[in-house]
Amino acid sequence: MTTSCDYVLALADDALVSAQRMSWWISRAPELEEDVALANIGLDQLGQARALLTYAGALEGAGRTEDDLAYLRDDREFRNVWLVERPQPDFGVTIARLLMLATWQSELYAALVSSSDATLAGIAGKAVKEVAYHVDHARLWTLRLGDGTEVSHARMQAALESEWPHLEELFAPVDGAVVDPRSLRDRVMGRIEEVVVEATLSVPQVAPAIGGGRRGLHTEHLGHLLAEMQHLHRSHPGATW
Amino acid sequence: MHFEELLAGDGRVEPRDEMPDAYRRTLVRQIAQHAHSEIIGMQPEGNWISRAPSLRRKAILMAKVQDEAGHGLYLYAAAETLGVDRADLLDQLHGGRQKYSSIFNYPTLTWADVGAIGWLVDGAAIVNQVPLCRCSYGPYARAMVRICKEESFHQRQGFEILHTLAHGAPAQKAMAQDAVDRYWWPSLMMFGPPDDDSTHSAQSMAWGIKRFSNDDLRQRFVDMTVPQAEVLGLTLPDPEIRWNDERGHYDFGAVDFTELFEVIKGNGPCNRERMAHRVAAHEDGAWVREAAAAYSAKRAEAAA
Amino acid sequence: MNAWPLWEVFVRSRRGLSHVHVGSLHAPDAELALRNARDVYTRRQEGVSLWVVPSSSIVASDPGERDAFFDPAEDKVYRHPTFYDVPEGVEHL
Repeated sequence: MTTSCDYVLALADDALVSAQRMSWWISRAPELEEDVALANIGLDQLGQARALLTYAGALEGAGRTEDDLAYLRDDREFRNVWLVERPQPDFGVTIARLLMLATWQSELYAALVSSSDATLAGIAGKAVKEVAYHVDHARLWTLRLGDGTEVSHARMQAALESEWPHLEELFAPVDGAVVDPRSLRDRVMGRIEEVVVEATLSVPQVAPAIGGGRRGLHTEHLGHLLAEMQHLHRSHPGATW
Repeated sequence: MHFEELLAGDGRVEPRDEMPDAYRRTLVRQIAQHAHSEIIGMQPEGNWISRAPSLRRKAILMAKVQDEAGHGLYLYAAAETLGVDRADLLDQLHGGRQKYSSIFNYPTLTWADVGAIGWLVDGAAIVNQVPLCRCSYGPYARAMVRICKEESFHQRQGFEILHTLAHGAPAQKAMAQDAVDRYWWPSLMMFGPPDDDSTHSAQSMAWGIKRFSNDDLRQRFVDMTVPQAEVLGLTLPDPEIRWNDERGHYDFGAVDFTELFEVIKGNGPCNRERMAHRVAAHEDGAWVREAAAAYSAKRAEAAA
Repeated sequence: MNAWPLWEVFVRSRRGLSHVHVGSLHAPDAELALRNARDVYTRRQEGVSLWVVPSSSIVASDPGERDAFFDPAEDKVYRHPTFYDVPEGVEHL
């Protein structure tokens, strides 16, 4: 089976939109050391996005570059999940989201390493080490916020409640997927829940949100994110930067 | 060895050595101001991370602003060897009792400003900082060695941004020229007031904290920058710039320091925004810092 | 007490070399100190191994006692190989 462009775009857009949100923290983190750490994570995600977008462009075969795909698509053409696109001005939400995304990516990339698609296997081989560190970072902070003060416990629990409904979308089937997202569900959920429990938090009992990101149906937030991200590039059509 | 003997032999003073109180105070003030400048300096450039016009530029800019946080960390650590606490230094910054470089109170209005900051502001900073690698206080000198190594990437990426813009579409070139027009004079002001008016200079020179005078460093920067501007094809906004054969240096116009003093007083375009951003980050992060400290205390208790 | 303690960071730049002190940082505990050290001090592939040590655990010699500590070694020149005369022609010594 050949890898679909849409599938690679889905993975690329998850990483790109997440990097865009993550980079917001640089100069806003709770401590300087964390500014540096979150910037590192954002840079890893951006690097993954660039490799994946370049590959998606090649699969599409229309000569589109990473920048064409990042800057010249509208929100209905983006394939990322809702988990990554909403604003995240709360550190607890950022950590909850990172725990979910990175755990999912770590299972996904691990599976892709041995896939028959050599390009994707190559990208995944590098990314799998990066996201292992992201999972570790998210886990350490989940433990500290969950089992820190009463305030942090409450805030981390609230963060989990707000992000949990968006977990399910990660496992929604995608046409032309190299690794069936459904096959990752048990392991990903198991790992996340283990951290949640270790952090003295409770696993939220909430209904999944109706995400539609993989089909280009997004929250209102993505349009604003893209407007900001794309405006300069689009203001000067064809320019070199 | 006695402090004076150490300095006379161009030796390095190390943290636990005896040193005059005034030397210690001067270093704390200077290193803290330097550290504060690094972390406030994250804001004007951070302002363009979300809008960087290509993914390559976005990655470079993220890495650069991240470096500035790192540089702030190295410098706070150097200050802490003098017996002060980073938390206290940050409190003094937030309370307006310690300063940071006034250059960061100017806004980044266009993408080209990111280039101008890299080329001119980081360029000026490097000229200021290279001599500090030989500063008499060991931990400060070592931090500066590390910082200078990393800063050279900063200046080059700024130059590259402006070079690309200056050789791009007319609107891009105009953007680059506008940025250079706005950042040129404030960059010259980064070297501080003229030697005659500089209150701290003479003592700092005697202590080996400062190796060259403000005016000497300013001249060095101008000499370095004028030929680079020619390569960029951009004009520096000073009609008096011309090569002086006799001096072996470029002449340049008088810097109007009244503006610098206004900005230092808090009346620059972005003083309030920069401080509000910084204080908000600090206050919003308090619950996280407290949580981590509480978690650690619990573990320590459980282990005991 | 909400201020995070200070840690000293040591980096081994490559195998075969010692860990060398590179600076310090703040972290609430050892786990995060190690990770912060990775992010702050090895962004440019500066290391293959890291140590973090609470600054408060470092016991340092007192600069005031430097003379008593280090000067007595000054006249023990016989500890150095160059102290000894070797007759001409003797090799591998």
